[in-house]
Amino acid sequence: MSTGAPHWRDVASKDDAERLRALAETEFPGGVEASPIDRRRFLALAGASLGLAGLSGCMRAPAEKIVPFVHPVEGRVPGKPLYYATSMTLAGSATGLLVESYEGRPIKVEGNPAHPSSLGATDVFAQASVLGLYDPDRSKTVTYLGRPRIMGDLAGPLREALATAKHGKGLRILTETVGSPSLIRQRGELLERYPEARWHSYEPAMSGAASAGARMVFDQSVRTHYDLSKADVLVALDADFLGSGPGHLRYAHDFAARRREPLTAERMNRLYAVEPTPTITGARADHRLPVLARDVIHVARALANALGIGKWTDAPPDAATASFVQALADDLRSRRPGTTLVVAGDNQPAALAALVQAINRHLGNFGGTVLHTGVSEAPEDAGLSSLVELASDMREGRVTTLVNLSGNPVYTAPADLGFADAMKRVPLCVHLGLYQDETADYCQWHIPEAHYLEAWGDARGHDGTASIAQPLIAPLYAGKSALEVVGMLSGEPGRSGYEMVRETWQAHGSKQAGGFETWWRRTLHEGVIAGSASPTIEPRWRDDWQARAGLNGAAPARNAGPLEIVFRPDPTVFDGRFANNGWLQELPKPLTKLTWENVALISPATAQALGIKAATEGPHAGSHGEAIAPVVELTYGGQTLRAPAWVFPGQADGSIAVHLGYGRTRAGTLGSNIGFDANRLRASAAPHFGPGLDIRTTTTTTTLACTQLHQSMVDRQPVRTADLATFLKEPRFAQESAHTEGGDRRHPLTLYPDDHPMKGPQWGMVVDLNACTGCGACVVACQAENNISVVGKEQVARGREMHWMRIDRYFSGDSANPTAHVQPVMCMHCENAPCELVCPVEATTHSPDGLNEMTYNRCVGTRYCSNNCPYKVRRFNFLAFADYATASLKLLRNPDVTVRSRGVMEKCTYCVQRIREAEIDANNRKRPLRDGDVITACQAVCPTRAIVFGDIHDANSQVAKLRESQRNYGLLEELNTRPRTTYLASVRNPNPRLETR
Amino acid sequence: MPQVFHRSFNTLSRASVFGSLFILGFVAWAVNVFVNSSYATNQGVVREQPVPFSHEHHVTGLGIDCRYCHDAAEKSAQAGMPPTKTCMNCHQQIWTGSATLAPVRASFQTDQSLAWTRVHRLADFAYFNHSAHVNKGFGCSTCHGEVQKMPLAWQHGTLLMNWCLDCHRQPERFVRPRDEVYNMDWHPPADQEQQGRELVRKNGIRSLMNCSTCHH
Repeated sequence: MSTGAPHWRDVASKDDAERLRALAETEFPGGVEASPIDRRRFLALAGASLGLAGLSGCMRAPAEKIVPFVHPVEGRVPGKPLYYATSMTLAGSATGLLVESYEGRPIKVEGNPAHPSSLGATDVFAQASVLGLYDPDRSKTVTYLGRPRIMGDLAGPLREALATAKHGKGLRILTETVGSPSLIRQRGELLERYPEARWHSYEPAMSGAASAGARMVFDQSVRTHYDLSKADVLVALDADFLGSGPGHLRYAHDFAARRREPLTAERMNRLYAVEPTPTITGARADHRLPVLARDVIHVARALANALGIGKWTDAPPDAATASFVQALADDLRSRRPGTTLVVAGDNQPAALAALVQAINRHLGNFGGTVLHTGVSEAPEDAGLSSLVELASDMREGRVTTLVNLSGNPVYTAPADLGFADAMKRVPLCVHLGLYQDETADYCQWHIPEAHYLEAWGDARGHDGTASIAQPLIAPLYAGKSALEVVGMLSGEPGRSGYEMVRETWQAHGSKQAGGFETWWRRTLHEGVIAGSASPTIEPRWRDDWQARAGLNGAAPARNAGPLEIVFRPDPTVFDGRFANNGWLQELPKPLTKLTWENVALISPATAQALGIKAATEGPHAGSHGEAIAPVVELTYGGQTLRAPAWVFPGQADGSIAVHLGYGRTRAGTLGSNIGFDANRLRASAAPHFGPGLDIRTTTTTTTLACTQLHQSMVDRQPVRTADLATFLKEPRFAQESAHTEGGDRRHPLTLYPDDHPMKGPQWGMVVDLNACTGCGACVVACQAENNISVVGKEQVARGREMHWMRIDRYFSGDSANPTAHVQPVMCMHCENAPCELVCPVEATTHSPDGLNEMTYNRCVGTRYCSNNCPYKVRRFNFLAFADYATASLKLLRNPDVTVRSRGVMEKCTYCVQRIREAEIDANNRKRPLRDGDVITACQAVCPTRAIVFGDIHDANSQVAKLRESQRNYGLLEELNTRPRTTYLASVRNPNPRLETR
Repeated sequence: MPQVFHRSFNTLSRASVFGSLFILGFVAWAVNVFVNSSYATNQGVVREQPVPFSHEHHVTGLGIDCRYCHDAAEKSAQAGMPPTKTCMNCHQQIWTGSATLAPVRASFQTDQSLAWTRVHRLADFAYFNHSAHVNKGFGCSTCHGEVQKMPLAWQHGTLLMNWCLDCHRQPERFVRPRDEVYNMDWHPPADQEQQGRELVRKNGIRSLMNCSTCHH
């Protein structure tokens, strides 16, 4: 594929570019009518509003108070933020963080560069977690049957229940995956005290297949993690290791490191993906094979056969799969041992994980790209079986006291377990949670949970590295952590989480130089416990692994017949725990670009066969984001529900994917009653996918807010891409189309003299499209840093979302299995900025250091600038989107960025507040600014380091070097805007034998 | 068809067209006067405080340096308000029974902060940084006036944008040697223009006039 390959954004527009062009030429898309107000009325209103606006300016500023401390706080300088190291745990795996605290309020999360699972980056969930902390819908008090109580009221009934039950018989604890060494220690103590009690764990979005698979092939329990930096060829078997799961930030970093500058044939890795539904990993893949989820293991068996591992006599796969597998096997075989990597997905059965261990062993990857460690102190992932057991025990009345720690099983448990009904038979149910959620409804007692930024804890990263989680703020609502509740059950009420965590690490810390206290302080400062990564081991291979994995004999015949349903955690609200987080709801899903909703993803061919139409533009749509999607009826396992159908290229034919996390009833103001609850279709026998889905069309449609149709740039080659061979032949392929003078693209044709005053550093940015995975962390980081408002589904549907940066997604190639391209787009800070020329009040101007400044207090809201911006990166406050009223949200704001009001334009500022702060700081230290002094919010969070910012006139700066790269090009450069943000073209590394796409 | 308007309306209309210039001019003048008035800007308005703290007494009388209390001025955007402990450093020893100081002692004993009334309130969309100015040789008194003569503090300047820009346009008129920054009695020497230009060059002072210097 060369740069000339046409890029398209959705199925409809691929076949209908003409219609789109007509749409672009229509000034007012459908739905805009002539104003019902006549001229006189308009003049009267305009006069009145002018008068009132003038009057509002006459108000005097209110008198303010300054409230200093009574005693000075050590290390605190008023007006300067402090950073504290902590860590956030999701599904049992930790990401190390540095959290910015301003006057005692945590306001921004950054990654901890010293933490191996972060390396300075975070995912969208960690970025949005500060909003979760200040969520006004959080539960604020202990309740009994919905009425407020105090913590002490619970102690009596609990003591009574524990005293009557002999040795804790009937006491059950239910948690999510436990990764905290302290909680595991507490669990041990509790079970020692109450030997008859049972501890269950359930992680709705994880299966525990990796550990189960490892147990089949090794004679001990083993955890597996990967070293992607050594991998030349990677194979993802339904594994989204770049986008989710433990260590994905590190994996994305190591993967992209091989694709950034300097880009050579030797450094560039190659990624194959086999998956039923498009993921971030699949979108980055050089070759992607869409197959049914149930067929992934068949592909793996065919691959193992081709490599000579198994001698299975399976029915041969179809021609496309066969040639894919053969080419893949040859590619893997041609590499040196330890330079390839095959990864099995967590949603697949344990047998696949076992088989993939065998393939990696055969390829000599153990100790190279595949690392094994012991399971440290953590209990093994039990998968769903533990929850199934608990449900049946509850139904049979064997449970007298159930303590739910953090999870929300009433919502997340598969429907056939009847978990909520079973809970009704438990005499005493206690729920610890951040919200009064669905599970709290079924529990007599509810305890507000301390957010992770409010509580002491500890956790382990993907490679076993331990870190202490320290609180940034005292609990806002007197919440308790899971540690403290377990302490209460163990008969140690009132013991703080702080004491328990210190006790856990006492033995380890006392052995370190300087004694425990020195070690403790240093560890809190660093955020990582030095040398705590689990040592790698060489577990003994079992020769009977095939039998243990159930892989003996031929595979069951593949029946193409029934439709398959695939359940996946949602990319932005996960298993539903983030459903009330506005930032995550409004973050467009990485590939579908849908917001505030989940859908049933259907491949174009399957949709056609079933008579399901693709979504169409709504009456307010045009270039905006309203999509009218048909509603279908999904029947599976005897359960039926209605869901919007979304025809999506790249989805495997015959497979329908639904995302969990929506359709919640007690999530809060934002998260309740949106989307549909896919858990209602889930069966405990096959919680991740299964055949036998029945789908029926209906006559109803529904409106979805999808940012995909925004900001069309058809035919302009926004994303420039080539394969590796083309790149090696014509390294400047991306620069050919620029309209330039004498072939030098930095001197564009112009009539005007180059008279911009340029003083001081000249700021610029380069985005490497070969590294970017489109995960969206930068979008949320920008939102957190710059006080960007959430606008809601209806406004997104009108194209009024406020994100300063967006990630455009394009497809190229065949609509059954296209190649996806992603491109972060923010203000380009054009040297010849079209927006500046048309502002009647000089609210947008150019600074001597090359910023396109937006001065909110000057803006009168004509929106001429946005009209004239070719990149469509300016955002207008059509309504008063900023929440001035909610007290807890005021604590969230970045004090260095103005909160914008209605009628004001805004856009990416290159994080000017960080630039100015860095300049002043360098001045105060009497030294010049250095490269790396200014890190923008999007740059800081990026796991793949795709975004680089700095002074383009400093020849030694990283950004200046990248601008000299052969892959460098500017978006819409031919318009002569001279953008300061430029891109590095994407280069794919396809296998020449498979190059048909 | 009869005339709609009487002939005298000709004169009236000419007068009102001519007069509207005066009316518009008057409105513009009145708005200008209002915006610059101390009613709108709070310039020169003495603020009541929970404790009648006198800068005059502490600075002129006792010779205490600004930074003893406002200790962040060189390091941070904010100059900092002293914690109660700073007051008590001395007032544990002297004036220990003074009725005026009762709120300070109460604050120290009860751990409840004193709530001072803000004297300088900058608009929320303007970002001023003390350390950037102090470290480059702009003295306290340039903006805050003769604080050493204020029994109760008031706002010296208007804090309007043109007041800031007066200096941003011509920093050489206001800059002083760095060791004179906290000298409240410093007055520009006769050759300020010349000395100022020298200091501007030496201290790397830029005349920053672009919007994002202060607005972000």
